[in-house]
Amino acid sequence: MSIDLEMEEILKLFFEESFEGLDAMESGLLTLEDGADRETINTIFRAAHSIKGGAGTFGFMEISEFTHSVETLLDEMRNGMRTVTPDALQVLLQSVDVIREMIQSAQAKQPIVMIGANALSGELARVLAQKSPPAPAATAAAAEPARGAVASPGSASAPASGPAPVAAAAQTPRSESTASPAAGPLQGWVIVFTPDTTLFKTCNDPLRILAELQNLGRVEAVAHVERLPALADLDPTLCHLGWTLTLHGAVEQPRIAEVFDWVDASAKISYEPIYGAVSAAGTDTPQMVAAPVAVPRAATPSDLQASPAPAAKTSGESGSLRVATEKVDALINLVGELVITQSMLGRFAEKYEPGDLESLRRSLTQLTRNTRELQESVMQIRMLPIGFSFNRFPRLVHDLSRKLGKKVELKLTGENTELDKTVLEKIGDPLVHLVRNALDHGMEAPEIRLAAGKSDTGTLELNAYHEGGSIIIEVKDDGAGLNKQRILAKAKERGLIEADANLSDEHIYNLIFVAGFSTADTVSDVSGRGVGMDVVRRNINDLGGHVQIFSEQGKGSMIRIRLPLTLAILEGQVLRVGKEIYVASLVSIIETVQSTRDNLSCVAGRTELFRHRTDYLPVIRLHDLFGIEPDSRDIEHGLLVVLEADGRRVAMLVDELLAQQQVVIKSLETNFKQVPGLAGATIHGDGTVALILDVPGLIRTFLERQSTQIGRAA
Amino acid sequence: MNTAQLTGGKSDGTAAPRPAAGPTHQYLSFFLGGEEYATDILRVQEIKGWDTVTRVPYSPSYILGVINLRGAIVPVIDLRVRFALENAAFDSATVIIVVHVAGTRGERVVGIVVDAVSDVYSVSEDSIRPPPDVMGSVDHMFVTGLARLEEKLVIILDIERLVTSSILGDAKAAA
Repeated sequence: MSIDLEMEEILKLFFEESFEGLDAMESGLLTLEDGADRETINTIFRAAHSIKGGAGTFGFMEISEFTHSVETLLDEMRNGMRTVTPDALQVLLQSVDVIREMIQSAQAKQPIVMIGANALSGELARVLAQKSPPAPAATAAAAEPARGAVASPGSASAPASGPAPVAAAAQTPRSESTASPAAGPLQGWVIVFTPDTTLFKTCNDPLRILAELQNLGRVEAVAHVERLPALADLDPTLCHLGWTLTLHGAVEQPRIAEVFDWVDASAKISYEPIYGAVSAAGTDTPQMVAAPVAVPRAATPSDLQASPAPAAKTSGESGSLRVATEKVDALINLVGELVITQSMLGRFAEKYEPGDLESLRRSLTQLTRNTRELQESVMQIRMLPIGFSFNRFPRLVHDLSRKLGKKVELKLTGENTELDKTVLEKIGDPLVHLVRNALDHGMEAPEIRLAAGKSDTGTLELNAYHEGGSIIIEVKDDGAGLNKQRILAKAKERGLIEADANLSDEHIYNLIFVAGFSTADTVSDVSGRGVGMDVVRRNINDLGGHVQIFSEQGKGSMIRIRLPLTLAILEGQVLRVGKEIYVASLVSIIETVQSTRDNLSCVAGRTELFRHRTDYLPVIRLHDLFGIEPDSRDIEHGLLVVLEADGRRVAMLVDELLAQQQVVIKSLETNFKQVPGLAGATIHGDGTVALILDVPGLIRTFLERQSTQIGRAA
Repeated sequence: MNTAQLTGGKSDGTAAPRPAAGPTHQYLSFFLGGEEYATDILRVQEIKGWDTVTRVPYSPSYILGVINLRGAIVPVIDLRVRFALENAAFDSATVIIVVHVAGTRGERVVGIVVDAVSDVYSVSEDSIRPPPDVMGSVDHMFVTGLARLEEKLVIILDIERLVTSSILGDAKAAA
């Protein structure tokens, strides 16, 4: 692998981790709104710190510089030198956005977008300049007396050219020392470098560091051998040495810190400047000028893991997946068991006696169990908690409710409900849409709520749970609810329904999913959900899911989304037409009925309608649509499968229903192409291929054909 | 089936003088309705016996359907039907040659049905002559050229173009 490629890999990791860090910062900042807590501030600080360090290492100086000011602000909060104000939080939240934008442009190998940063750095400087009384529980302030002074504006804008955290910590003494009239010109540094004994294990070589330091100027090194044990006890893999290094030359401190960049996590390093005019040799004098800042970095490499959970988040561009080790271990165990079972079975092939039948059966049962467990575990690898998708909502609701002038409390439940990564990635946008709609149209303004006898703060609930082989996601608000009359009136006006149509509530609510139904001037002024609800439903349908709306006027509405847990496996109903076997998704099947001729009527001599309870459903003859020779064309001999998709119901005529089973979905497109009416293929137990029906596509194809036929007839 | 690989000296029966012979490629030849055709052997992944094919709706008649090739869903094209040859019977010699061609998303693996596999030939590039304008049932855009080998004529197919056009082609018209 070339260096470039390796670098690309590392860069990719940096971006991934930075985005995770930003997410962690964002959610942390939102938590801070409800009250400051040290641990949260620490988490935010660590995330910012890692981003700054990484950005500096990779030469994204703009990012590192900007993040540095953010970090300074956070640091002061962390040390209790500054109280957490809503104002500061707002600026920090905006900074998160700006940093994200910058990193995104860096990721796209574009010049880094500076507009946001430039606009916000003024804000940051303003907030930094605001002196606020230290928080009462400022225990941390005592621990680091050198930072007594509130960072001057100089330190806020100081270029963080050194990516190392040391650089950040050392800003304060430097700005102080420049302020002190007693200080003469900088002549050098005394660096006490005491690596942890485990230094070598991190692949660091102190000699390399010393050599590098020499590039900056003349270095005198004094080794500390106190820690060195007796030769007999010496473990050559441990580093027992420490050094006092005197570097001559007016070197900028960040440049030195850069040298120690890789070891600052596993070593104690302190820097003391040497100033010429006062005393060239004295080590006491600098201490009077600026207290040395020992930087024992408590936060070790775990910084990088500071973001709470592993996630293959971001925009889903990366095809990689981070998997918890336990899941992989479970897999390895299972494969081990499988191998054992296989060898047990292999024995029977070598020598089989009739008496072995019982143990053969037992082994086969075990094999079945192993296979099922293995399948489940493999599926588990792709499963991620829905929390990754829910995470963005606190921010969204925060920003949106502010903008709309509404008071909204967001409640998230079931964040740990797991679902397939692909589904998770694709459900994000529809959810955002629904939440926006709920806030924009569903939730009333505080005055209206009070007038309606409700509390002025509305509640928006996002809830996820498992039910059968599906995941249910509910978006529930206690807003105004859907206005049936308005929707009906609008639909009639648009000619979507007959003027005298008598529709069930469900039908009425489903009208909002009709494309183009809810453009700007529609029902939004009162309540009606709508902008792009058709897109929401299409996305969910594409995932093999289903949307339902429940609403009560004045009380609120709930949108319930049912999704399959995974896209790789389908709960299927196997059915037969003639000699052909097809699989239909069980979710799309409402019921199956045996029809009599009485329930059937014909419209315009062509379209057959089947009376199903109160509805008339068009009959799809699968054999006609697919050109197959069926057992019988007589509807009384076949079965009618009532299917629903996109809010439309049809009855599909098939010859026979076979088993219900889970099938693994294989792509038809990989080697072949997309076929209308088919969602893919699967492989039967006997190795033959069965095609999986794409119910929404089938209905569309059917309706298209009908309309062209009608068109032709006319 | 005589799929045994033959040595490289097969092309000496042609007019191409040996010293001037360009780079040599190996071709797998097969029979379709009595004629011998060949394809670049590097495109061939494997040769497998006849298997149950699942019919796919809205496909032209020469796409027999799809098979399960070790977990992958692979379409099968009957070249005899594609070239409108009279006799497309299935007997013990009928095989599926699995080839891979460039697809819209990386490689595409496709099976083609032929009457029988014949031989592997080494043919130098300059012994391949351009196809005549009239090629009977085979559209000449699918023919790379003709090679005379041991006093017989072998039609070298542009399998990539043939397969891609068969798969993406006129499915709508057939539906």
